[in-house]
Amino acid sequence: MKPRDLTDLALRNLRESILRNALTTLGIAVGVASFVAIISIGVGLQQLASKRLSESGLFDTIIVTPKNNFRGMGGPQREPQSDKPPRVLDDDARKEFEKLPNVIEVYPQIRFFTEVRFNNKPFATVVAGMPDSSKNSGSFDGMQGRFFSSASADEAILQIEFAKELSDQASSLIGQDLILRYAERQALPSSTTSTDTSAAQPDASGGGFSVVPKELRLKIVGIVETEPAAGYGGYGNARLLIPLATASTLRAAQVNDLRDIVRDSGSNKTTFASLSVRAKSPSQVEALETSIKNMGFRAFSLLDASKSLRIFFTVFDLLVGIFGSLALAIATLGIVNTLVMAILERRREIGVLKALGASDSDVQQLFFVEAGVMGLLGGVLGVVAGWALGRAITFGTNTYLARQNLNSIQLTSVPWWLALAALVIAVLVSLAAGLYPASRAAKLNPVDALRYE
Amino acid sequence: MPTADPAIQLDRVSRYYTMGETSVRAVNELSLSVPHNEFLALLGSSGSGKSTLLNLIAGLDRPTSGSIFAHGQNIASLSPLDLARYRRNTIGMIFQSFNLLPRMTLEENVELPLRLAEVDRAERPARVREALERVRLTHRLGHRPTELSGGEQQRVAIARALVNRPKILLADEPTGNLDSATGEAILTLLRELRSQLGMTIVMVTHERPLAEAFADRLAIMGDGKLLSISSPKGLTQ
Repeated sequence: MKPRDLTDLALRNLRESILRNALTTLGIAVGVASFVAIISIGVGLQQLASKRLSESGLFDTIIVTPKNNFRGMGGPQREPQSDKPPRVLDDDARKEFEKLPNVIEVYPQIRFFTEVRFNNKPFATVVAGMPDSSKNSGSFDGMQGRFFSSASADEAILQIEFAKELSDQASSLIGQDLILRYAERQALPSSTTSTDTSAAQPDASGGGFSVVPKELRLKIVGIVETEPAAGYGGYGNARLLIPLATASTLRAAQVNDLRDIVRDSGSNKTTFASLSVRAKSPSQVEALETSIKNMGFRAFSLLDASKSLRIFFTVFDLLVGIFGSLALAIATLGIVNTLVMAILERRREIGVLKALGASDSDVQQLFFVEAGVMGLLGGVLGVVAGWALGRAITFGTNTYLARQNLNSIQLTSVPWWLALAALVIAVLVSLAAGLYPASRAAKLNPVDALRYE
Repeated sequence: MPTADPAIQLDRVSRYYTMGETSVRAVNELSLSVPHNEFLALLGSSGSGKSTLLNLIAGLDRPTSGSIFAHGQNIASLSPLDLARYRRNTIGMIFQSFNLLPRMTLEENVELPLRLAEVDRAERPARVREALERVRLTHRLGHRPTELSGGEQQRVAIARALVNRPKILLADEPTGNLDSATGEAILTLLRELRSQLGMTIVMVTHERPLAEAFADRLAIMGDGKLLSISSPKGLTQ
């Protein structure tokens, strides 16, 4: 039979025993729904955890510093590094990092202590440049106001603690201006010709810079309660966030500039005190870190923590999958039962079909398609129901959290791959369940089947 | 397309069933030749093996031994798939209980063999209509079989059997569920169709008067063997 006729007949058969087939389909749907709901909680929790972690930036970020940092100063962070010759952390290096696999972005750390004037009163704080991508990192979810209007806008987002310092009514700050006072670095023309004696620092050509006080008027566009720029290694938590591009045009003198005076600020190339390399996921940090170290830099990440995190989620996924599959297994038995019953009921029909010239494989395919259609319908229904169930669980959880005065969360998540996988699994499982009934129907002796009353 | 060969040639055909420890010889070393365009009636008491014989000719069952030639091919040695193809293209079957699929309309029932034979969709409505016109059923085509009288249902079944233009029509007690007037009408129709379409008919029946009135020859079976074969006028072969 042609596929269209086969489908036609299968659909008509399904329609005719509508109650039984609907119940079976519903059984599949319930199985798929529990599968989807359970997995979606797993995925949701995982996303929630990794979101919170990426907000801290701890697990997917590698901090890269030049290898010769603090050499001879007995820095506390000494550790065995690769034997590659040290390299200068400049724009070339930055571009190389960007080309590494699984790198989302590479951005310099720009942080500086400075003074902010608001209502003509001075306030001291740490300013940090935020890359545009941080908008989607989750750190700014639930903020008051909005994110920067562009990657280089003269705008500022205040951390809530700092906002409270500025005004008793923090939210009234949005839309107001503040003045950022900072020290701009201006490179001095190179005063000496190449007098360097150290071959290990090829571009250390000497020089220096002067510091000029400057001011920049910034518009406050938002207030954030999280700490998107929590400090690493003594930089301190930044309380005033400005776009990274804006921050880099300031050429503000940074904490670590003092060492540059001694070393390399006279170079024509911009060098960075440190670069943050963000990986697509914590699982890729290890490989990235190794390749960066092999390039001759110092790299640092919270690797061990992300390793145990990965083990936890792998085991968690496994358990979640096992419980989800149990529900599907029960649904499978439903299909087998329905189709075996259908054979008994349709014995005569199968006999007639064979008498009219249906081959064994025609009959087999007919039952097979019926199982597949039930699987597909049940799968679609189940995915939708599972999604709804997940939403209901999230809603219930959030109602509870709200009562405890806690922020709401997205507990469940049905990503497209889960929906697709559930559908494919539902169809495959149904086809497998149809295997036995279909071959039994195909083997039915037409003479016996026609005699059957 | 009549040839020198008979339409159906049975050569020492046996069909044994094993029931528990005993072996039942439903058809026993039976030989029979049916020429093209003949209307043959198979008579016999129940258990005589006439239905088994019909199923063997239909390709629904396989003989334990012997050969069955139908239009030149030995169906005893066909593969299951070729046997299905043979049933689809060479054989048309009607039954005592009509065996229409109750969930389908008349038109859909008649269309079913066309689906199985993978006839082009565009061609099917005309073929269905033609078959239904031949059995003089042109109304209530969207109805389901149970909404029709027995005679009408059997006419739909005949249309279904004819729609693939078979060379052999096999009828298993076609009048068994019908009153005598309707039964006669059905057999009249069969004779008519045979001369219009040129096909061989083998009919199993236990109603001797009807067989004598409509069939060209009567074959009488008992205990799986052919007891006699005669023309209605009493000429024994």
